[in-house]
Amino acid sequence: MKIICALCSAVIWGGGQVINKQRLKGLVFFLIQGVLVFVELSTGTLDVLTGKVEATFRNCGYFTKGLWGLVTLGEIPRASSSTLVYDHSVMLMITGIISTVILLFFVLIWIWNIKDAYLTRTQIEQGKKVSSVDYVKNLWNKSFEYIMITPGAILVLFISVIPVMFSMLVAFTNYNHNAIPPRYIVDWVGFKSFTDLVMIPIWGSTFVKVLIWTVSWAFIATFTAYGFGLLQAVLINAEGIRFKKAWRSILILPWAMPALVSLLVFRVLFKNTGAFNNMLLRAGIINDAIPFLSSTGWARTSIVLVNMWLSFPFFMALISAAMTSISPELHEAVEIDGGNGWHKFRYISLPTILTVTAPMIVMSVANNFNNFGAVYFLTGGKPLDPGLQMAGTTDILITWIFKLTLDYRMYNIAAAVSILIFILIATVSGINMMRTRSFKED
Amino acid sequence: MKIKTNKRAKAKSILARTLIYIELIIAVIIVLYPILWIIGSSFDPINNFGRTGIFPKNVTLNNYFRLFQKYDYSKWYLNTAYLAVMTMLFSVFVNTITAFVFARFNFKGKKAGMLSATILQMFPSFMALTALYMIALNFGMLDNLNMLVIIYVAGSIPINIWLVKGNMQNLPKSIDEAAYIDGASKLQVLLKIIFPLSFPIITFIAFMSFMTPWMDYMLQRFLINSSDKRTLALGMFELSDHNTATPSDFTAFSAGAVLIAAPITILYIVFQKYLITGIASGTNKGE
Repeated sequence: MKIICALCSAVIWGGGQVINKQRLKGLVFFLIQGVLVFVELSTGTLDVLTGKVEATFRNCGYFTKGLWGLVTLGEIPRASSSTLVYDHSVMLMITGIISTVILLFFVLIWIWNIKDAYLTRTQIEQGKKVSSVDYVKNLWNKSFEYIMITPGAILVLFISVIPVMFSMLVAFTNYNHNAIPPRYIVDWVGFKSFTDLVMIPIWGSTFVKVLIWTVSWAFIATFTAYGFGLLQAVLINAEGIRFKKAWRSILILPWAMPALVSLLVFRVLFKNTGAFNNMLLRAGIINDAIPFLSSTGWARTSIVLVNMWLSFPFFMALISAAMTSISPELHEAVEIDGGNGWHKFRYISLPTILTVTAPMIVMSVANNFNNFGAVYFLTGGKPLDPGLQMAGTTDILITWIFKLTLDYRMYNIAAAVSILIFILIATVSGINMMRTRSFKED
Repeated sequence: MKIKTNKRAKAKSILARTLIYIELIIAVIIVLYPILWIIGSSFDPINNFGRTGIFPKNVTLNNYFRLFQKYDYSKWYLNTAYLAVMTMLFSVFVNTITAFVFARFNFKGKKAGMLSATILQMFPSFMALTALYMIALNFGMLDNLNMLVIIYVAGSIPINIWLVKGNMQNLPKSIDEAAYIDGASKLQVLLKIIFPLSFPIITFIAFMSFMTPWMDYMLQRFLINSSDKRTLALGMFELSDHNTATPSDFTAFSAGAVLIAAPITILYIVFQKYLITGIASGTNKGE
């Protein structure tokens, strides 16, 4: 009997539940199946079955077509504008991923429905009676957790997980400016994008050069900002300095300004005919304009300096807060031992500050690794270098990916680079994560 | 002898203090010059970005008027404000309920959920720009501000979950237990106890979500194309850009920059305390 119930539910969802006299629950499951079948039939399969249209996968319903599209990426390119029936590979891919994910959910509900029919029957045979209403109440209580995380989970699924899956899949295709659908059909090409990145010298060397600059940038940017912030915090807090609050309130300003605006302002200030050059020319310090944003060395320096301007206030505020937690007795102890101000700083303040702010330094390096704005709004990655493929010498990985996607349409290469970065970061922080206490506790 | 060393120490400390003041004054000049310069430019009748002085020779309000008359500045502003408010509301809603569940209950898939949040956090959503474009196209949400809201909220979940969850875990569990004994439901515990007690961290995520649309450029550039839906980031970038076909209007750009920066700077200063503790607690999640 248990098996019969389960089998009934497997064929007609909710069938087993009806046998178990749980009509309401059975109806709900049946309606879910109804939705699935209705969507599939009404989006094309019905026409295929009744012979209204040619029996191809292209004409099938949402789910069948989705799976077919994901596997084949389409068959007919839109060779000319008069081609009426054609496949758009990338659309097929994304709908394929979405329909597969939705289908997986239906499969889960299907399994649940079979399991439920089986278990309820077991309970009935043991003499317990469970009504649908009780079940729903019970379910609400038990799955409060699941219901509450559903909105977040769905959002993350569609906006993070599916795009990540898409990116990963694109890296294994030849989707780039040579094969823009629907004019062309995109094909699965395996690891070709990755081997291209390694084997084609210009791609490989660009990747390595951009990666080296990105990593150096992430560290230099963080440490300059941290250093300058530390200096200001220490000086403002030094003995005998007045108006501490006033200094702090003025110096915090760059942090409070929207970075986008500040960066665009600096871009104007740093122009060859901009205010900084005019100032230096007028003061007679230089005779020719400094190419602040157009020569590699200067452009990199400018970006680092501007980033310092933007980010030092945060560290200053943070370090100031950390310094208040240092007990004055420790400083007195240094004095008794005959130490001076430098000793106090070197042996008491600095170690405390570094310990307290260490996580922030790590976070800042990670943020700078992907600091799109600082590069894109100031230099746009320029100046260009013939030795770099589709990148400028100030480009970091994230801006390179952005340009590869938006300007050069090298989707497959951009996706492959994303995956490489992802593997890099995920490995480092994955190991780190597993070791933290909070993760072990849960 | 003793007096002599005292004098020397005093002279030394005065010298040190003077040097510190000089350094601080230089820092203040570095910080203030670009800010005052852009404010000055916004009142300058002459469109001259090479101007070195802070204050223009003549003063006009025309740049501000032009912003509203010639450009759709008020529309950009409204669009961005809409994005900001909606992102803030949804982000607070979704993050609070999700974090509550992760902080207080044990359920199947919890560890997997937290782990995927961490992994996704390392794969910023903008790395998948093409995919987001295709998804928007698929759901007919291209050139739609609500699509941006959804992306901002979803993008904020992985990191905020850790933040809010960590904070809620610091609240003693005995409060909830007492409430459950009194017959409260889980939802009531969240709304009446946990939510008010987590207010500082929720203020922090609300503020950060509110700020996202003002700072983002990439997604807006990708997903918005009609001038009707244009945002501040897009409009301002175009005004500042000397390479685009539209002639740049530097003084109008300055005026626009002032009008964005002023309210946001004030907000930052007001919320400063929340923000620094918020960021600090975010990085202490490992503890």
